[in-house]
Amino acid sequence: MSMISGLEGNPAVRGLQINYYFICRTKLWFFSHNIQMERESELVKLGRLLHEESYSREKKELIIDDLIAADFVKRKDCLEVHEVKKSNTMEEAHRFQLIYYLFYLKHVKGIENLKGFIDYPALKKRTEVSLNDEDVEELKNVIKDIDGIIRGPPPAPQRKPICRSCAYFELCWI
Amino acid sequence: MTRKNYYLTTDGLLKRKENTVYFLNKDSKRPIPINKIYSIYAYGALSISSQVLNLLSREGIPVHFFNRYGFYTGSFYLRETLLSGDIIIKQAEHVLDNERRMELAKSFVRGAALNMKRVLGYYGLENGISDTLSDLESSGSITEVMNVEARIRSDYYSAIDGILPEGFRIERRTRRPPENMTNAMISFGNSLLYSTVITELYNTQLNPTISYLHEPFARRYSLALDLSEIFKPTIIDRMIISLIKKRAIKVEDFEHGMNQCLLNDSGKRKFLAEYDRRLGKTVKHRELGRKVSYRRLIRLEAYKLIKHLIGQKRYEPFVMWW
Ligand code: SF4
Repeated sequence: MSMISGLEGNPAVRGLQINYYFICRTKLWFFSHNIQMERESELVKLGRLLHEESYSREKKELIIDDLIAADFVKRKDCLEVHEVKKSNTMEEAHRFQLIYYLFYLKHVKGIENLKGFIDYPALKKRTEVSLNDEDVEELKNVIKDIDGIIRGPPPAPQRKPICRSCAYFELCWI
Repeated sequence: MTRKNYYLTTDGLLKRKENTVYFLNKDSKRPIPINKIYSIYAYGALSISSQVLNLLSREGIPVHFFNRYGFYTGSFYLRETLLSGDIIIKQAEHVLDNERRMELAKSFVRGAALNMKRVLGYYGLENGISDTLSDLESSGSITEVMNVEARIRSDYYSAIDGILPEGFRIERRTRRPPENMTNAMISFGNSLLYSTVITELYNTQLNPTISYLHEPFARRYSLALDLSEIFKPTIIDRMIISLIKKRAIKVEDFEHGMNQCLLNDSGKRKFLAEYDRRLGKTVKHRELGRKVSYRRLIRLEAYKLIKHLIGQKRYEPFVMWW
């Protein structure tokens, strides 16, 4: 299949891994090795609540191949893929997560006519994201990089402002 | 953390109505909202319906059972999603490789010993723990490590006897059954702590049956035994000494039989209330720069172990710093 040439030889990557790659490599490594803290993290719960409340009417989650979990999709004249986020401080991470979804839907699933949006309900803001060649090139590198990170030893944590609210805070800094 | 431990000391029944669990005993009906429960410790005969069990497992709430002597008999807990194949493999690898196993086994003994030393220091007691501890490094087998631990512990108990009033001295450690009041409290407290550690381990990816100091076949959750060692002095022993010295616990709080002594109902209740208070007590953590409860310190110990296993940071046991 020539359509998936872009991902050939690369492992299946989950959308969240793309996101974490831009946020923190330690987090990416923990998450990818199934060291997850979700059961307790209040922030995660908060995020879930935000989704449920803000978009209950339009909500239609899109889960494909266990890799993609877009928050909701809308079928209009094209397919709208939406990611819902709390704040726009991680813009790049969110953008690439969505680019990955669009890329996957287009090249692996053969869906044309796609539009991507990041929704920030708390900010009443919506950003459109579209696929361009430059981003696709970078995406491929990102995926390769992710694979290397995961196969290597756990990266040492680097202190950043988001550590404070990260579910891995204690694991990293103890 | 808003969730609490519930200690059920009387016989009774757990029933569910929607998202509330009720504890019914012969005198009362007590509602317990499900999102307020961290774990349940059942000391009386407890009847539970499957509806309650379903709810508890969905919420990841363990129930620990004890017999009427206060000895741990088992736990109910449905393992949720916190599984990591990598961690289990690493855990096993660190048992199979003798050098790695010894390193961890020694760390647990060293942590326990240094905490014992802190307890004695707190009461101004002389001790030879550091001398005995130096034998640890040359130990080449688990048996030798265990022997060092036993020697330290026995010196430690005799040092503690120096500040305990007549009647409350340990004299020698007796377990099943404990033969005097302080032995009874130590056994009761250690079982309790062991279950608390199990709860904390269940909230991590660590498999509680793979252990280093204790043989993995010693008891079902032998990793909880390993970690308990480190916290017994800080949490249980200090609490017992303080209960005795403040005369908060008295001869009347025990059931005295032939060659055996156990906490009675009032004794258990006092002990559990104080234990719970201590678990919730917070200290400012130096590395994290946050306040953490004693209970959380146990979880952090599990995290440190994970980091050691994945090769991120060498494990250093918790030693009381206050
Ligand atoms: S605490 Fe900081 S370093 Fe650790 S995973 Fe989270 S963001 Fe990364």
